[in-house]
Amino acid sequence: MLTRSSILRVVSKLLIPPIMLFALYVQFHGDFGPGGGFQAGVIFAAAFILYALIFGVDNARNAVPAWATRTMLASGVLLYGGVGVAAMLLGGDFLDYSVLNADPLTGQHLGITLIEFGVGTTVAGAMITIFLIFDGRLRAEKDD
Amino acid sequence: MQTFSGLFNYWIVIVLMMMGFYMVISQHNLIKKIIGLNVFQVSVFVFYISMGKIKGGTAPILAEGIEIYSNPLPHVLILTAIVVGVATTALALSLTVRIKDAFDTIEDDEINALEKADRAKEREALS
Amino acid sequence: MAVTAYSLVRIHNLFAAVMMSGIYSLLGAVVYVVMDAVDVAFTEAAVGAGISTVLMLGTLALTTRMDKETKLVVPIPLAIVTVTGALLIYATMDMPHYGDPGAPVHHHVGPHYIEKSAQEVGPPNIVTSVLASYRGYDTLGETTVVFTAAVGVMALIGRSRRRKKVPPKTDPASKKEQET
Repeated sequence: MLTRSSILRVVSKLLIPPIMLFALYVQFHGDFGPGGGFQAGVIFAAAFILYALIFGVDNARNAVPAWATRTMLASGVLLYGGVGVAAMLLGGDFLDYSVLNADPLTGQHLGITLIEFGVGTTVAGAMITIFLIFDGRLRAEKDD
Repeated sequence: MQTFSGLFNYWIVIVLMMMGFYMVISQHNLIKKIIGLNVFQVSVFVFYISMGKIKGGTAPILAEGIEIYSNPLPHVLILTAIVVGVATTALALSLTVRIKDAFDTIEDDEINALEKADRAKEREALS
Repeated sequence: MAVTAYSLVRIHNLFAAVMMSGIYSLLGAVVYVVMDAVDVAFTEAAVGAGISTVLMLGTLALTTRMDKETKLVVPIPLAIVTVTGALLIYATMDMPHYGDPGAPVHHHVGPHYIEKSAQEVGPPNIVTSVLASYRGYDTLGETTVVFTAAVGVMALIGRSRRRKKVPPKTDPASKKEQET
């Protein structure tokens, strides 16, 4: 729909990789500054939505096929639960990160990083899925 | 006057909440109802966060030389609430799209009239 | 923010209303920064002014553009709203003042998190440490809620239907199934 405007295409091609990089930065720096999993997931999804708005849903679907978003959605929650179960198997309570490593502080840090990554993946997958469904339906209605 | 300046933030939030509440119960269009729900949610979050602020404190990120931090507990609860709120809004919007498919309108008084007409037709068909 | 909310009640063009709700969320994010809640402001700006607005615009594109003209002041909802507002304002008379360090909310768990977070958990960002470690179970529930919302949207409007108008009672029969 907006593919004819060359200003939008060029600017978005320049902007989308830095936005994704910023999302990754926010994700992994959640420990030291504001940020964390949710914000990172939403920003990552925003980069994708920008791409889908400018280049069309079909191109976006080619880049992120249906199975990829579904995997992103499910694997985030699975990672989170997996960390909890791993903590149980190693002897502590559910979601007790101190037992993940010999030094409890490192264990906490490792646990927090892993689950924030899981949260970010699920949130990004969910937002991308919801937007692509809305946009796909819009495209289907326009075509008929 | 001390009471007013101390409690002003609660009162303005209540005003915002009531405007959102009014939108939910009085507007007929479904999308405006959802927007009203959003207004209500944001004002409730402002209420909670304003309860957590401590005079002279800063953001709850540990740093050198800072003594007083604002209470982090409301921040955590509201973070969860915002994400759950957007999930609810997404589901509500997709329900609106389905209603539009089924009834071809999104004004709720028209939808009520159509439902009544359908049910009357069903009762006629059964009898 | 009050001006924005009032204009939302009055506006009839839905496109403008959605834009105003985005502005309202952004103003909310600014208020959060003023109240030292930087994580929350980040999330509210990204989610409220970004994702919410985009999804509402998508819904608008799939439905109508303008609101039907309605009466401006409807008596019964206005009465309900006024009574509820008065009750709530009466209830806030007992509440602690803004920024008061002696409020009960600051006494039990809050100082524990602030003091012990560095030794027990590690990261300087206390909000992350509370969210991920002290209250990690809640965050698991929240992630599941997001997952369920995406699955719900997939189930509701993931499958496209045949173009002719379907009567409400026979929806499943005339739906054409298609991979999303």
